[in-house]
Amino acid sequence: MIPRSTYQRVLRLVGLLTVLVIIAFLVLPAAVVTIAAFNDKPILSFPPQTWSWRWFGRALAYEDFRQGFFNGLIVTAWSSTIALCVGGMFAFVIDRYKFPLKSAIEGILISPLVIPHFTVGLGFLILAAQVGLSRGFAVVVICHVILVLPFVLRSVYVSLRNLDQSYEYAAASLGAGPLRVLTTVTLPLLLPGLVSGWLFAAILSFNEFTASLFVTSQRTQTLPVAMYNYVREFADPSMAALSVMYIVGTAALIAFANAFLGLGKVLNIEQSH
Amino acid sequence: MNQQPFLRIFTAPATLCAIGFLAAMVAVLQYSLRAYVPGSLDPGGFTLANFADLLKPLYARVFLDTVVVCAMTAVVTLIVGYPLAYALVRVEQPVLRSILLVIVVTPLFLGEVVRTYAWIIVLGNNGFINSLLMSLGIIGKPLQLMFTPFGVVVALVHVTLPVMVIMLAAGLSHIDRDYSRAAESLGAGPIRVFLTVTLPLSLPGVVAGTTTAFAWTFSAFATPQLIGGGRVNMISNLVYQLGFSSFNFPFAATLCVAGLALTALVLGLLQLASRPLQKIEVH
Repeated sequence: MIPRSTYQRVLRLVGLLTVLVIIAFLVLPAAVVTIAAFNDKPILSFPPQTWSWRWFGRALAYEDFRQGFFNGLIVTAWSSTIALCVGGMFAFVIDRYKFPLKSAIEGILISPLVIPHFTVGLGFLILAAQVGLSRGFAVVVICHVILVLPFVLRSVYVSLRNLDQSYEYAAASLGAGPLRVLTTVTLPLLLPGLVSGWLFAAILSFNEFTASLFVTSQRTQTLPVAMYNYVREFADPSMAALSVMYIVGTAALIAFANAFLGLGKVLNIEQSH
Repeated sequence: MNQQPFLRIFTAPATLCAIGFLAAMVAVLQYSLRAYVPGSLDPGGFTLANFADLLKPLYARVFLDTVVVCAMTAVVTLIVGYPLAYALVRVEQPVLRSILLVIVVTPLFLGEVVRTYAWIIVLGNNGFINSLLMSLGIIGKPLQLMFTPFGVVVALVHVTLPVMVIMLAAGLSHIDRDYSRAAESLGAGPIRVFLTVTLPLSLPGVVAGTTTAFAWTFSAFATPQLIGGGRVNMISNLVYQLGFSSFNFPFAATLCVAGLALTALVLGLLQLASRPLQKIEVH
């Protein structure tokens, strides 16, 4: 019989290799895109014979990408901020109060998590036509608010659960009114949850594609929609260069969020023992 | 004194959003029951004909394909995701853990288009895999990976993996490790501990992860559209095509409603089937 320690070591090694292979699978597309972005030739070929930075310049100068980027910023700024306000306030009342239709409203606002984005997009497209709203930024923003709201609700709700309410009682017993307690005690304590909720909402909104494809027009198209249209028409590495910038930007934001807010806590995957 | 300060002010905006979203969903439902008037953006009178059309072989086929692709993606994602979730929860070193977490979470926020584009470069005829295999002399001519169900499922697994890992890790991290320590101290080997203690206790996470993976895959559009290239069609692609190529919004809405019913059915069955499993949970 093999001694237990050797057996365990072999088992650990197999486990480690499995995890490494899976990580390789996760990272492979990003790595390949990065190589492709530096290929000097305008068509796809591996490995690249000559290298260049020129596709990065091309991507940054491409009008549809620029327009999409700024449209995306407008939509993201509005929708994540509105979602933070609406979701933050509602998470507060869900946590603290009982009132009629509470679970009904909560259920409706959480449901976009399981309703396909193409259905949500089609719904807002039809609704906008029915109420006579033109396909401007308003429809896109409303649609995005609905799509990111579940994430904001969850993020703020988790921080409210972890909040020690005795600070609020102390403030109230010392004579602070409800508004004063809220603004000077509750809000500052909730700040990490609010920031992470806003950040997740912003990242999700900026990257949302399927519903945006339905509700944006040529004038309001966001960056993912512009990228999709580009991929359908052109095959040069400009898109690869843009993808690299995207991947680096997103990874930096996530690493930042992890360092300052603790992603493990937000995602609820901290080991309990 | 007011026992529930701010209740009305804080509930009003959320209620407004809920009403707006409900109105959009009712709009879809209402359009699904209207007749299509070719050449017009306005729908005709009320009819059930759209739902009868769902039974046509062409559309039934797309439904079947969608369910098969979603089921395959969910199962493969579960198998690939479990070891990673396990590692994420058990790694003790903070730096290693953070790196692992960022690697797992970043793709979640990259969006479908960037990730699908990356897979086109990996799977294409002049892409990474074919170039690699050909330069190694393993194959003589490029393998057809694009425009196949295989390619679509591989890319979809990659898209769904982060969510699966997060849900599994959430389940795994809430298991009291005293259970596995107790089993170890009684002489059970690591595989036995895993199979008889950890795995059964993680089943709620498995069910949650598989359910979410199925729903997410169902919602995917860019991946089947660009990698399937018309040869692998899912409901999402048909909805877009009907809406924006033939302006048949009533039938597009019907497909959405049928899709929702189908997801609800599959997820309901999954929950039902997993109920006996979840009783194992010890508390």
